Amino acid sequence: MFQAMIHFSPTDLQAMALSARVAFTATLVSIPFGFAVSYVLVFSPLPGKTLLNGLVSLPLVLPPVVVGYLLLLSLGNHGWLGEWLADMGIHIIFTWKAAVIASMVIGFPLLVRSISIGMEDIDDRLIQASCTLGARWYDTLFTVILPLSARAIVAGATLMFARSLGEFGATIVLAGNIPGVTQTIPLAIFDYTSTPGGDRMALGLCLVSIGLALTVLVFNEGLIKRFRRGAHR
Amino acid sequence: MTLEVSLEKQLGDFAFASEFSVQSRRVGVFGPSGSGKSTLMHMLAGLLKPDRGFIRLDGETLFDGSSKVNRSSEKRRVGVVFQHAHLFPHMGVWRNLLYGYKRTPKQQRRVDPQSLVEVLNLGPLLDRGTGTLSGGERQRVALGRTVLSCPRLILMDEPLNGLDEGLKYQIIPYLKKVFAEFEIPFMFISHSLNEMRLMTDQVLEFADGRLCAQTSAHRLALHRMETSQTGYMNLLELRDPRPQNGLFVYRWGNQDFILTAGGEAPVGMFELSSREITLFKKHPEATSARNLLHCKVKKVFDVGNRVGVELDCNGQHLVSQVVHDAVRDLGLQVGGEIIAVIKASAFRRLY
Repeated sequence: MFQAMIHFSPTDLQAMALSARVAFTATLVSIPFGFAVSYVLVFSPLPGKTLLNGLVSLPLVLPPVVVGYLLLLSLGNHGWLGEWLADMGIHIIFTWKAAVIASMVIGFPLLVRSISIGMEDIDDRLIQASCTLGARWYDTLFTVILPLSARAIVAGATLMFARSLGEFGATIVLAGNIPGVTQTIPLAIFDYTSTPGGDRMALGLCLVSIGLALTVLVFNEGLIKRFRRGAHR
Repeated sequence: MTLEVSLEKQLGDFAFASEFSVQSRRVGVFGPSGSGKSTLMHMLAGLLKPDRGFIRLDGETLFDGSSKVNRSSEKRRVGVVFQHAHLFPHMGVWRNLLYGYKRTPKQQRRVDPQSLVEVLNLGPLLDRGTGTLSGGERQRVALGRTVLSCPRLILMDEPLNGLDEGLKYQIIPYLKKVFAEFEIPFMFISHSLNEMRLMTDQVLEFADGRLCAQTSAHRLALHRMETSQTGYMNLLELRDPRPQNGLFVYRWGNQDFILTAGGEAPVGMFELSSREITLFKKHPEATSARNLLHCKVKKVFDVGNRVGVELDCNGQHLVSQVVHDAVRDLGLQVGGEIIAVIKASAFRRLY
């Protein structure tokens, strides 16, 4: 019935595929960094942890447009990072990679928060036990902390994936809105709402968005419940 | 094992400051909660950095505040058995057991996993997950895991504390067997006098972060008789039980005891309070109590408003207690003969 009502155009389908690709890549690339930052935040004795925590969380409270603009300034052709990358033949802005980077920066705090909470739940004495059994810190990291935060990592990754699917503000500034190249679902919806007679198509893509987001959130809830149950064993 | 320690540590309002040197292979650390036992354990294991002082184990410096030596936990080879086992929840029993073993260099591995599994009777548990184990089983696995890492010293932080009252002593034979078999020195931390006496030879008594006595478990028990309402606990190892009219007859040295509580095991550990031993001048004609022993008075000593009487019963020792008037009435004096009367129900089985 749904298909009978709305016929998606090829660019719509491209937008869906691109959204999935961007969200997937952004999440996957962020996981190692998210794990490392969480480890530092939870376990290291560094004095500057509060500042680091603030920096990581900043994109959560800043308007995404601000984040996008700052990224554009540094990654653009005259930006400090952009110039250096351009010398090596790498162009980021207005490509799908820019959408990935925008999603990474915006979704990163969600990932780190989720993993940190999981890591804080790990009993300190398990880490003490592994130390007294002769495990060095990196050994403990991979044989105790990583497996015990696995569920938190998956839960955080799902949240970040969902957030990336909906990323708009930073993406439109950094990657633009080029159909078939950088146009993800939210950007396509934005286009339709400003086109006369595009309401029906916009609504169709909205339903796709809602469906995707719900699926991801239900999956996430289930994981968190399993995680809690596991912790009480 | 020689352990020389001089440590200071300030933790909020609590201050730890103690100095001692012990040679025994079975050391006890005794004191109420908050006396600094756990602080000491954490500092010895390298889990807490002392403010000042030194730790030397068999001549090797593990920590020295003045020369900035601080061996990390993983290099100290000091094992810890925690109060609540702390098994890794994401690994099964077998992987937990081998965690430390795999991280021990080959030339330092002195314990064979198979023989340890046998000694601790872990065979039936090997394929289980840690979530399905009982408290006692968890503690046995934790002990095995620490022993397999072949440490030079094992610290046990109230290992029986989390266990059910009725079952807690059942792990003691395992502890004794493991430490006798693999000859590992240990430090047993507890606030239970019975555990001290069953497990250790030398005892360090702590109160408010200071060492207040370095003594033997037996002397500690005699000393505490004064303040304890339950009197002195005689710990008796009884052997070869045989059932008799619904009761149990146990062998104690070359004499028999009749008990209401007993079991199948060939050797059992029982406690008998000094209050439960009644003294008679002459053999009574008839009594409801089932155990009458001819004893010699070895020693008579004051404990507060009571008098402790150490008895020699055919080479075995018992401590009884009476009040001052009874000493006069019984004519108690060292070397005198006396009859000790004990009810069959006075014995409490520990394991």
